[in-house]
Amino acid sequence: MSQNGTVENVTINIDGQDVDVPKGTNIIEAVKMVGKGKEVPHYCYHPKLSIAGNCRMCLIEMGMPMRDRETGDAVLDDDGKQKIGWMPKPVIGCATNAAPGMHIRTSSDVVVESRNAVTEFLLINHPLDCPICDQAGECRLQEFSADHGRGFSRFIEDKNVKPKRTRLGPRVVLDDERCILCSRCVRFSQEIADDDVLGFVDRGTYSTLTCYPGKELANNYSLNTVDICPVGALTSTDFRFKMRVWFLKRTHSICTESSVGANTEIWSREGKIYRITPRRNDAVNDTWMTDSGRALYKTVESDDRLTQYTIGGVHQPVDQVAAAAVDLLRGGDVAMVASAHSSVEEQFYYKTIAERCATKVSLVSHDGEGDGLLLSEDRTPNLRGALVTGLIYQLPAADLSSLARDIHSGAVKTLLVVNEDVTTLGIAPELLAKVKLIYVGTHTNETAKEADIVLPSLMVFEKDGSFINQNFRLQKFKAAIPGPSGILPDYQVLEKIAAPLADEKPAPVTLDMVWERIANQVEHIETTQTWRGIGEQGLPLEPGSLRELPFVETKNLKYDPDAWKETQAAAAASEG
Amino acid sequence: MAIQEQRLIFKHLDEPGYSNDIDCYLRHGGYEQLKQAVTMKPEDICAEVMDSGVRGRGGAGFPAGMKWKFLDRKSGKPIYLVCNADESEPGTFKDRQIIHKDPHQLIEGMMCSAYAIQAKLAFIYIRGEFFQGYRILERAIEEAREKNLLGENILGSGYSCDIIVHRGAGAYICGEETGLIESLEGFRANPRIKPPYFPAALGLYQCPTIVNNVETLCDVKHIIEMGGKEFAKIGTPGNSGTRIWCVSGHVQKPGYYEFPCAAITLGQLIYDVCGGLKPGRKLKAVIPGGSSSKILRADERFTGKLKNGTDFDWGIEDIPMDFDSLMAVGSMSGSGGVIVMDDSTDMVEALANINYFYAHESCGQCTPCREGVPWMRKITQRMIEGNAREEDADLLNSIADQIAGRTICAFGEAASWPVQSFIAKFKDEFVEKAREQAARRKAGELAAKETTLI
Repeated sequence: MSQNGTVENVTINIDGQDVDVPKGTNIIEAVKMVGKGKEVPHYCYHPKLSIAGNCRMCLIEMGMPMRDRETGDAVLDDDGKQKIGWMPKPVIGCATNAAPGMHIRTSSDVVVESRNAVTEFLLINHPLDCPICDQAGECRLQEFSADHGRGFSRFIEDKNVKPKRTRLGPRVVLDDERCILCSRCVRFSQEIADDDVLGFVDRGTYSTLTCYPGKELANNYSLNTVDICPVGALTSTDFRFKMRVWFLKRTHSICTESSVGANTEIWSREGKIYRITPRRNDAVNDTWMTDSGRALYKTVESDDRLTQYTIGGVHQPVDQVAAAAVDLLRGGDVAMVASAHSSVEEQFYYKTIAERCATKVSLVSHDGEGDGLLLSEDRTPNLRGALVTGLIYQLPAADLSSLARDIHSGAVKTLLVVNEDVTTLGIAPELLAKVKLIYVGTHTNETAKEADIVLPSLMVFEKDGSFINQNFRLQKFKAAIPGPSGILPDYQVLEKIAAPLADEKPAPVTLDMVWERIANQVEHIETTQTWRGIGEQGLPLEPGSLRELPFVETKNLKYDPDAWKETQAAAAASEG
Repeated sequence: MAIQEQRLIFKHLDEPGYSNDIDCYLRHGGYEQLKQAVTMKPEDICAEVMDSGVRGRGGAGFPAGMKWKFLDRKSGKPIYLVCNADESEPGTFKDRQIIHKDPHQLIEGMMCSAYAIQAKLAFIYIRGEFFQGYRILERAIEEAREKNLLGENILGSGYSCDIIVHRGAGAYICGEETGLIESLEGFRANPRIKPPYFPAALGLYQCPTIVNNVETLCDVKHIIEMGGKEFAKIGTPGNSGTRIWCVSGHVQKPGYYEFPCAAITLGQLIYDVCGGLKPGRKLKAVIPGGSSSKILRADERFTGKLKNGTDFDWGIEDIPMDFDSLMAVGSMSGSGGVIVMDDSTDMVEALANINYFYAHESCGQCTPCREGVPWMRKITQRMIEGNAREEDADLLNSIADQIAGRTICAFGEAASWPVQSFIAKFKDEFVEKAREQAARRKAGELAAKETTLI
């Protein structure tokens, strides 16, 4: 590191091409930086785990510029160039760090021969399970065997026999025969999940992955071991034997479990989600996510989904229902219970509606215990969004007692509730009967049952939109599957309500249009910001004074309130 | 015996009345060198060891003084000394003799070395099977501690260092420097990757660590006694000091014999010192440095150039027993385990035996060794069970080539070299094996011969 905190670059030569990479970058990453699909094959190396160097797949040839041992002068060849002293044996790329003048060969005969050899060794005892293996299609061993396998086997002996279905924990099953002993799962458990339960027993070719006696792999991060397993040794009990991965469509999404906003990938086919896996974002979740976050999609097909626009319990066309809602809102004395589960765009609309009806907006906090990693105390994905859009100005309370008083006193005659069961939050059902109730939500509950008007909304997997996470990072998600038939995206329904309230004709809005308005009206968002301008890795916002609010989150993987305060103090001091 | 041994480390070892207690050791002038050492400057001792040119006796033959020089002294972290007493190389049995019969020599050598490198704590990592040796060492350390030869403020010098004896749990890989360190820390003995974990900088508990063989540490005592330059005069330049050759196999008098480096030839060792082969037998092959070193064929001619530029043209009996000469003929002096085979030996069976050992001992951490070595074992096992194929020799050689040089530690080489050298020198026997079995099968007999393989 140089003095200003940035890493200095060094020039190394990869296959005859000079490349600038940050000093100390390992060769696997350096080669990736060259681009053009160049890759050093590897199994045990993982960018977020310590270096084990045991798979030997990333062997490369390395050389340094030669210097005379006595004088320290550069040794030159006939052309006057500095000679390269190549190492006599291939070295592993994962444990070789870029140093000035280093030369690398990634496709020489020795390197290719080494990879072919490692591939052959890994395959001799590997079962021919591909036709029934869940990893098939996303298996590193399968991929590299295609590149480096010999196409026939020289191995005529008996393969090793090991346990085929060991239960490591409630969500993970181990097939020991498939295991290539790369130790990624062991290192993950020790280094990331901080739950040291996995290890190897027995020696040599009989080495077997196992849980320590009396322990099991049951922590809330156990499924990450399945993700990082380069072969089909660790499989998820949930996904096992359900679907071939090549049939699945991948959609980028955001986890709604907590304010961490882990980047995810949704794997779906024909309108059905099969699994959710983490997507790498070094500013948010690295390459991990919680097990509980992966299970959130299970409520998509539950029986209590709201699937019809209704007035008084009767199914009506959406325009008619929206018009009825407008009429109620125009009646005055309106209060709104908004949601931190809504997307930024929806919150922007609720804010517009609240302004146009002069309503008081309440929001309820949903807090739980944080785990210091990727599950924060705030169990909503978009509280920061409600603050940024100006829907609310302060942190929410845990219940709605003040709203209950207003209803009781008759100050509130119409209530718009978004995705909350207010009967559990201090407003008794009999009190709820005193007001006209509009409910917007995904699933039915006691409040929805009381509602005069019900507007079903789409779940995060079914719509496009964005959230703002704990670090004020704006992140967008895409629809992976279609919603219940006939249900429009929330922002389109809300346009049908918000526009008439200002005596405008509802426009056929798209997210691009919504974002034009957001960019013009929301203080914390640049006026040039567009929907398409939010990248796949999100966009950090400058929250200004909002960051001073006493948020409930404590330190976790990428959130550090104390460090934030220190940098603020330092900035203030340097200005002063 | 035509040639008299010249013992240095084993000087008193088998003398009548010499026992392994401290009184006997002191009577024979023991601990004088430690008394002398603590009055010297540590860096002077290091310089003496450097001058002596003593090379590691564990197998690799790396100069000990150089190893000490690489020690990272600037880190501010404590320095550790570890004695590698995990003598596991098949054919080697020298360290055990030292531990059993002269433990105080090792303790003195260790304390001199510990003082020289200013170690905070010293360990003896002793092979798990050496239980008696462990008890002897524990007693010897207690005796030395009572006399203030180790522990707090040794001999009033202000330097403190203690020795902890740690028993292994029976694995060959624990003799590998970094595997030993992992084991000492309480983990599986999986060798570490180098870089970055060079013991001299990031060794035991990530602190600078020196790991030396038992015999090497004993040599330090004698270097202090006679001075580095004087020690270097034993043997030849670059091959200083004495070596203990552990001769086993088909000789009349197997055992351990100590000679200065290059003082005798392999032929003298076998025929004069060990009394030759059994009557009526002919020499077939010799493994000169423990089972992992490459085999030498009796009727080979070894020609080439030595390091110092002189040409040589030797038969197997002319090879001088030292580091460089054995290296020059394509093998190594290794740990000094000379395994002699006469013409009754079936080379396929011999290799099957060696492969069995290495397949059993591979730690299983890195792919080529974990998968390749048991594969080689399965092949040789099949060959002696009567299912040899003519192409097996080439296959074995190809597997060995795919392992050597691509593993985390030197085990890959240790397991490949026997295969490579057996195939290079006795390929005809491997091919003949297949033909012989085919012929027997054709004649309706059992294809496999009865073997004595474990």
